[in-house]
Order: sequence, then structure tokens, then C-alpha cells
Amino acid sequence: MLTKRIIPCLDVRGGKVTKGVKFKGNVDVGDPVEMARQYYEDGADEIVFYDITASNERRDIMIDVVRAVAREIFIPFSVGGGLRTLEDMRKVLLAGAEKVSIDSGAVRNPQLISEGAKTFGSQCVVLSMQVQSVGPSGQMPSGYEIVIDGGRTFTGIDAFEWAKRGEGLGAGELCVNSIDRDGTTAGFEIELTRGMAERVGIPVIASGGGGSVEHLAEVFTEGKADAAILASIIHYGQYTIGEIKADLATRGIDMRLTNPSACG
Amino acid sequence: MIAIIDYRAGNLQSVLRAVEHLGHEAKITNDADAIRSAERVIFPGVGAAGATMESLRALGLDVLLKDEVFPSGKPMLGICIGIQVIFERSEEDDAECLGILPGRVKRFDESRGLKIPQIGWNNVTFARPHPMFADVPDGAHYYFVNSYYPAPSDPGLVYATSEYGDVFPCVVAKDNLVATQFHLEKSGPVGLKMLDSFCKWEPGAC
Repeated sequence: MLTKRIIPCLDVRGGKVTKGVKFKGNVDVGDPVEMARQYYEDGADEIVFYDITASNERRDIMIDVVRAVAREIFIPFSVGGGLRTLEDMRKVLLAGAEKVSIDSGAVRNPQLISEGAKTFGSQCVVLSMQVQSVGPSGQMPSGYEIVIDGGRTFTGIDAFEWAKRGEGLGAGELCVNSIDRDGTTAGFEIELTRGMAERVGIPVIASGGGGSVEHLAEVFTEGKADAAILASIIHYGQYTIGEIKADLATRGIDMRLTNPSACG
Repeated sequence: MIAIIDYRAGNLQSVLRAVEHLGHEAKITNDADAIRSAERVIFPGVGAAGATMESLRALGLDVLLKDEVFPSGKPMLGICIGIQVIFERSEEDDAECLGILPGRVKRFDESRGLKIPQIGWNNVTFARPHPMFADVPDGAHYYFVNSYYPAPSDPGLVYATSEYGDVFPCVVAKDNLVATQFHLEKSGPVGLKMLDSFCKWEPGAC
């Protein structure tokens, strides 16, 4: 049976891993290659890197990071942040990433999804979206709005409609980030995740707010998520991924356990 | 030297990196002489059956794999699309495939509410022993990305199965040929161990 996936997310700026709260006040927390190797050894099912470096010349630093990571870890990893063209996608895939995560670039140019899927395969294309709760309205029936440019620009696009459209254009997975919960460790936005999972036929990755094993158990069951992203609670060493997965397994959630002592 | 077949698709680099990480010498190539002289051959990849077969035919590798490499007795490993194109025909693109093994490639049953493609870690149950399984436990999880799966007409070719809606074959083997539906190069420590077992496998000796 297919397991639920635990995916550490590393925000990388200028070659360093950084973490903020609700996209603000970022502080450096470590070296991306070392952290990726540690999470790989701890049993991460996949790793996500978001390049939050603003300028273009510094983007080459990210490609070097991707190359170095690809030599160290033998699980899938995806790279996102600032990917706007097929050429941007090709660069990170050639550097060793398994998947690309596209976000603002796809909102501005939805063809990026279909062209990426056609060129590299749907399994390569993760449609990532930043979602803010704004309350239901005529224009925004779900009450969830797509926000781009690192949380700065409201688009007027309903998140559920965007998800359906993205699936239709060929996205292989959806990564749904709740801005309201980002970095808060207050729990995932369950209603949002479930709403997505019930509307699309592709895997849904929940992101934003994961602060405890209870939160993960909740998002995998009530939230119907296929995978969940973690950052704050593992970066600061509150829990290891191995401990989290072993605990989830005891709650009856299908997990890939890599540590033999945790298999019982 | 291990030849990793380059048919202009898939993420060949990740297979190369994994093989090199294990300390084996390998090269990505589509040169017929390099493939003929290689000690073993890996046929990896992500891609659609139709496009893969077109590339193989354009490069003349279809005949080489079926009529030279397989009969030569050197170890051959297919990964992902590599387990599919060794059969006769695929439902994907209704593609005629290599036909090294008898059988077809089928699509997961959408009507059962399955998410297609299957993306993620699934457990693999051994159906019979194989030297590839020497260093890994039965029931371990491996990383899959697939919408289609092989359905050999001879059940004796099935060495391991997994379950997604239905039970499906995910390791097939015959003589010097072995193939996995999952990505050995992306399946963590157990995947690397199985890949290492292939790199050391002497089909005649077992």
C-alpha cells in the first residue's frame, strides 16, 4: 500500500537554509546540503527546496546546491522558487532534481504547466500554491485566494478553481501552502487540504502549520492529504523525522519506516 | 564498465550518480560498440512508451537490446519505463515494444478512484528468490511513479509484486535480465542495496 509522505522543506536564500513566520523575519538555520543529508538519513520520503533568492545571478548558487544535494541523497527531491520558463525548469532537472515546483510563474503563465508536463512529464511538475483565507464571496466562492510573489500580490483567483485548472493543464501533484499557518506550528489548514483532495485526482501535499504529530495525523486522515511538508519543527530539532514517522505508524497511518528499531 | 543506455529521455544522471556512489564505473551512452563491450547494461528512465520506443528505434537500440545484449548473457537491468518496454505491447500509446518477454503493459484501473499516476512509496513483496534481493528485507518500501504496470503472460517471470488497487508485478526477471517498476536510484538505502546487488550479479553463477 502507498504510504503517506513526510517531506522536509528547505527555504534557501543565498545558499543557506532560512526560515521565517508567515513569509517574514527569516533567519538562517543551516547548510542545505548537510541538512538534506541529515533528513535523508532520518527517513525523509522526499525533500523540497524553495529558492527564495531574489536576484538572477544568485540563482546559479541554487543550481550548485541542487548538484551537491543530488550527489548525497537517493530519494526524490524537488526544487521551486522563481521558476518562470521551461529553461528554468530544465536547469534544475539537469542539475539532479526529480521534480520542479512552480508557483507564481504558473499563475502568470498557466501554459508553463502544460508545456512542462509535455516536455518533462506530469510526474515532474508540482503545482505549488500560496493560499490565504479571505472569506467566501461571489468572486471567491471557496474563501481561499491565490497569492503570489512570496505572499505580496493577491490575484483574485479562487484556490479551488486554480487547483482544478492546474490538474487539467497537466500538473502531477499539488502543493497547497497556507500562508495563514506558515511557520506558526499551529496545525495545518485542514479544511483547505480536504477541499483540494476532494476536488482533484492528483496527490495533494499539505504545507504550512505542521507543529506536532497530532497535526500530521489530522492532515492525513481528516485533511485527506497524501503528503505533508514540515519545516520549523524539524529544523529546530524539536523532533526527528524518524521519531515522527514511528509515532504516526503507531497511530495506524501507513509510513515507510527506515530505522529497523522503529519497525518493532 | 556499466553502460547506462541514453535514449534522450528520463533522468539518467540520477542512475549514474547512484551507481557511482556505490563505487562502480558507469557511463551514459547510446553507442552500440560501447554497449556491446560493457560488462552490464542498465536501461533506466521516465517517459512514455511510444516516445521511448521511437527513440530506441531511431538509435537502432531496439534490435541491439533484443538480438544482441539479451542473448549475450550479460546482466541487464530495466528500471521504470525499462520494465515496460521489454514486453510485447503497452496500452500506453498502444505502443509496440521490444518483445524480449511475453506479455503486455496495462494501465491502472481509473474506475476504482485511484490517483493516477501512482506517486510515492509502496511496499514490495517477494514472489520468489532472486540474487537482487540478497541484501534487502521482504516488504520494504520503494519509490514508484507509474500509471502503467507490466503484466507478463508467464506468471513464472514475476519475482515481486506490490499493490495499488490491485496486486501488480513490480519485479520481473528471466535469465540475465531483471527489471523493476520502482526507481532503485531514488528508493533510499534499500534501493541502493538492490542496485548494488545488480552491479555484482553474475547470472551464470546462480
